[in-house]
Amino acid sequence: MTRSDGGCGDQIMQNALQMVYLIPLLPLLGFLINGLGRKQLSKPAISLIGCGTLLVSFALSIWVFLQVKGGNVHTAHYFDFISVGKLNIPFAFKIDQLSSLFLLIITGVGFLIHVYSSSYMQEEKPEHFGRYFSYLNLFIFSMLLLVMGANFVVMFIGWEGVGLCSYLLIGFWFKKQEYNKAASKAFIMNRIGDLAFLIAIFWLIAKLGTVSFDEVFTATNLAKLKTFDITVITLLLFVGATGKSAQIPLYTWLPDAMAGPTPVSALIHAATMVTAGIYMIARSNILYSLAPFTMDIIAYIGLATALLAATIALKQNDIKKVLAYSTVSQLGFMFLALGCGAYTAAVFHVMTHAFFKALLFLGSGSVIHAMGGEQDIRNMGGLSKKLKITFITFLIGCIAIAGIPPFSGFFSKDAILLSAFIKNPVLYGVALFAALLTAFYMFRLLFTTFSGKFRGTHEQEHHLHESPPAMTIPLIVLAILAIIGGFVGIPEVFIHGGDKLGEFLSPVITEQEHHVSHSTEYMLMGLSTGLVIAMIIFAWSKFRNYQRSEATGFGKVLENKWYVDEFYDAAIVKPIKKAGTFFNQVFDNKVIDGIVNGVGRLLHYGSRQLRLVQSGQAGSYILLMVISMVVIFVIQFFIRK
Amino acid sequence: MISLLLILLPLLTGLAAFFIKDEKLVRTWALLTSLATLVVSILGLCCMNDTKYLEYECEWLPSLGASFSLKMDGAAQLLCLLNTIAYPLVFIAGWDKTYKNAKNFFALMLFAQAGIMGVFLAADALLFYFFWELALIPMYFLCSQWGGEKRIAVTFKFFIYTFVGSLLMLISILYLYGQTPDHSFSIESFYNINLTSKQQSLPFWLMFVAFAVKMPIFPLHTWQPDTYEQAPTSTTMILSGVMVKMGLFGLIRWLFPVITGASFMWGDVVTLIAIIGMIYASLIALRQDDLKRLVAYSSIAHIGLLCVGMFTQNASGMQGVMIQMFSHGINIIGLWIVVDWIERKTGTRKMSELGGLAQKAPALTMFFVIIALANIALPLTNAFVGEFLIFNGLLGSFTQYYVWYTVLAGISIILGAAYTLRMIRKVAYGETNEITASVKDISLNGRLALGIIVVLILAAGIYPQPILDLTSGVTDSLVDKFDIIRKALLK
Amino acid sequence: MPINYYIFLSLALFCIGIVGVLTRRNAIIIFMCIELMLNAVNLLLVAFSKMHYNAALLAGDAATTAGTDGQLFVFFIMVVAAAEVSVGLAIIVMMYRNIHSVDVNFLNRLKH
Repeated sequence: MTRSDGGCGDQIMQNALQMVYLIPLLPLLGFLINGLGRKQLSKPAISLIGCGTLLVSFALSIWVFLQVKGGNVHTAHYFDFISVGKLNIPFAFKIDQLSSLFLLIITGVGFLIHVYSSSYMQEEKPEHFGRYFSYLNLFIFSMLLLVMGANFVVMFIGWEGVGLCSYLLIGFWFKKQEYNKAASKAFIMNRIGDLAFLIAIFWLIAKLGTVSFDEVFTATNLAKLKTFDITVITLLLFVGATGKSAQIPLYTWLPDAMAGPTPVSALIHAATMVTAGIYMIARSNILYSLAPFTMDIIAYIGLATALLAATIALKQNDIKKVLAYSTVSQLGFMFLALGCGAYTAAVFHVMTHAFFKALLFLGSGSVIHAMGGEQDIRNMGGLSKKLKITFITFLIGCIAIAGIPPFSGFFSKDAILLSAFIKNPVLYGVALFAALLTAFYMFRLLFTTFSGKFRGTHEQEHHLHESPPAMTIPLIVLAILAIIGGFVGIPEVFIHGGDKLGEFLSPVITEQEHHVSHSTEYMLMGLSTGLVIAMIIFAWSKFRNYQRSEATGFGKVLENKWYVDEFYDAAIVKPIKKAGTFFNQVFDNKVIDGIVNGVGRLLHYGSRQLRLVQSGQAGSYILLMVISMVVIFVIQFFIRK
Repeated sequence: MISLLLILLPLLTGLAAFFIKDEKLVRTWALLTSLATLVVSILGLCCMNDTKYLEYECEWLPSLGASFSLKMDGAAQLLCLLNTIAYPLVFIAGWDKTYKNAKNFFALMLFAQAGIMGVFLAADALLFYFFWELALIPMYFLCSQWGGEKRIAVTFKFFIYTFVGSLLMLISILYLYGQTPDHSFSIESFYNINLTSKQQSLPFWLMFVAFAVKMPIFPLHTWQPDTYEQAPTSTTMILSGVMVKMGLFGLIRWLFPVITGASFMWGDVVTLIAIIGMIYASLIALRQDDLKRLVAYSSIAHIGLLCVGMFTQNASGMQGVMIQMFSHGINIIGLWIVVDWIERKTGTRKMSELGGLAQKAPALTMFFVIIALANIALPLTNAFVGEFLIFNGLLGSFTQYYVWYTVLAGISIILGAAYTLRMIRKVAYGETNEITASVKDISLNGRLALGIIVVLILAAGIYPQPILDLTSGVTDSLVDKFDIIRKALLK
Repeated sequence: MPINYYIFLSLALFCIGIVGVLTRRNAIIIFMCIELMLNAVNLLLVAFSKMHYNAALLAGDAATTAGTDGQLFVFFIMVVAAAEVSVGLAIIVMMYRNIHSVDVNFLNRLKH
């Protein structure tokens, strides 16, 4: 059943890479064991299974990564998933530079978050603890399918799978209907994107008859596609990406998704799942490079999202909501990079973002944990004294996301800004503005939370404590990664050949070469770094001693997220509900059933009327007889003619 | 031999069930015989899948040119398998239920099975019509004897509705019979009828209406929510899981190969109607409070998609329909089992009165969620394969407006997610209330039935190829017929 | 005599019969009107029979039997009418015995 093709390297290694199925299989096993045995297993056993399976997967991913780095790429074919007529969709995994990099991010960050969760979720009952870990493992499984899939369909399986896990984990505390609503919202908005993704797949099948990456992205097949087809397919795929990666217009589910446990927000709604859209577009970069119109759209949407989410984040008071909008904004940056053709920069930012955003979310989890479930930053303040490790790591995360050299965010964000500059200086200007907003709201968050005086209740103040090692160690590891993660992609101007990531990804990503003079590049970097530092000082002066105040005017619009949710509700949800009610109560009952029953009633009524003719009077019968005879004669008379 | 046995076994055991007075005994009898039928159909699938076992013919009404001939192609095998799987599931799930006049109940259920089986197997138009009605009659008695409060009026509506449809089909059959070269009802002679597309229009619509009522397709659907709501749940499972497939099977064996030209000509129109019906039913399902009616409308939406898939008239779409017929049957029986359990334990079907079942009945909730997710075609569940292929067929079909059709049908998929998740949220999640506080988790027999269903869902979702291989012969021959028509029109 | 006269006479008789049947309520009169209609038809049959016979003779066919079947019908009708009278009168007598009237409007039990 196995077949080896593609890639180079010796045959033995080829067969060894065939074993990559173990990487997703182990989390799946963990899911099954924890899910079915959640009532029997103890909490330590559950966390051991949950984390252990992932640790092995991580180790395997490192091995796979090294193999790929050694130039050994492979497509592992397992069985035919669907084979109808000429269409053949194999269940196959593609291991190349891009997917092996994502494997590392997913299993690595995933493992850290699993470890963190084993402490964070300690207060849950064993069966819910088991349920939590089984969902988390299922998520990792689906995410791995998504990135390992060798064709769009296997990718789609993972794509919907992560959506499902997101749904299950957002609504993890299912007693609260509000959380469940947020979960449904996330699933349904994702489904809208998924539909577009599906239609793109069908379009590909209709035009090319195949969905395998290896076959679609060949010159002969791409030559068969008209420009119109490519534009439509890429646009549809992008709509799919806007759903999963929370871009305009489908971004509103992500802030609501913060209803789930904080590690979930870190793993799914910051580090991995939401970057699936970027992965998909980077994977199909050959297709996108042929569709300049789509690229423009992606750049504009990405930039608009980055700006919109950043403005909303300025005025949010829920610690996780700020981070959620920050995630939306950062994803917008990644799409901007994709739209500018800088796929490597986007993937680079995915990686660094996974480090610092997971760090920030886990840090906020640590804060929430210390505050006994409190998430409103207006009720925090001065936490730096009690939560030293959390504070320092959070600070590192903030510096990284703000983009101060030499932290990781600087390199990836700089690469994005540069690509925007190359495409259009106006894009650069707006993107820089959004980046400044990012620095501002992140340090607003940091200062309100950690400096000044404590503004919560006495009980909370008494309860304040640093989190246990199982939570702080992942924080420290992620903080280190957030510092050094950027060194894999040092721009050419600093060190020749410093862009290791670009080099590594070059076999799967083809980018157009652009050259900007070194002086321009230095100037852009200096400008952004200087402005960011200015912004941080501004935020420090403003929020060092935060005082509670009500938002007014434009601030209120921002606090209410530009009223987008309200607009969607009024423009889409309500009309649909109204139409449903109308169809249900009026159309189905009165019109259709009315017609059906009307036919019956008409017959009923007609027969009752006809019965009156039969009066029993002999005279009337005779009269009828005569009349009918006359009528028959007349008719016959005319027919003869 | 196999095909004859598949009809005779339920018929004779049903007859015997009339004479078993003890309720427990008759229940066991029904379960055992339904299992025996299952074994026979599996035998036909694996070991004895040669035409000499699968076909049967003997003299019936030679003067009319009708014979008692049975034929079992891939589609029929799949649906017979569905029929034979459905019955044990229904009996297992209803193991702890008591019926008045249990012997009559089980006997009629088995008769219905024989009738449905005959519809799937008949290779003679008159025989097909005969079994079509034969399947209806036990259903009528089951609904009118053991149904809910409004059963008389509702069953009457159901009967008249389907009966009118059947009569239209009879007219169509007789018309076609008149056109056969050798004045015979046999399927081969029907395949040899030579009519222009225009002449075919009338028999096409007559026959399609009969099938559309059975499926049901908007706007001929209004009997269905009422009947599903009022019929005893065991009967509803059979009605929705197996009987509605009779209409689709009619398309496959009696409409498309016989009246190919008109089927092609009217494909666009029918597709549009079915898609409108999908969105319409989904919107209604979104606003339902009654669980049974919700499932009923959801079923209308799904069947609409199946009809769309049939009329794509290409390999992908029709293969999708084949596997989806099987999947839909399995999934909806699972949903009914869950709904039935909830109704029996809480005494209500209103979602507004339910909530918090996940705390009280975790196993039930787990099954419920998995089946509901299969209902919205999540990948790696059985329905995904079917819907994927149908949508693929729709976009790749030769109809003029295929892109818009796909988008419109896709909207109903999104709405499907919305109403299914709403159902889960309202029933399973949230806090418990006084109605749901004392609910116990599902009993062992329920777990068994739902467990089998979940296994089937996942198995067909992960490795669907055997089912696709089984039916590829039927769809290939249909596709060939349509290709001929298409080419003729292109000239 | 031209055939027209016979036709007009029998039409007149027939119409009188119909109007009588339709307007009168007395069963016996209705009965008589029915007889009138029957006899109008008889008259017509005989008249046409004679006409056809004469036409055949004039055409030179001496041994003709044309028109005899018309007269045969007349006999049939007379026989049937006689049977009808006997049954009908019996009904009327029974009716009179039961409801002491021969008014047909009292006789509306047919609808039950």
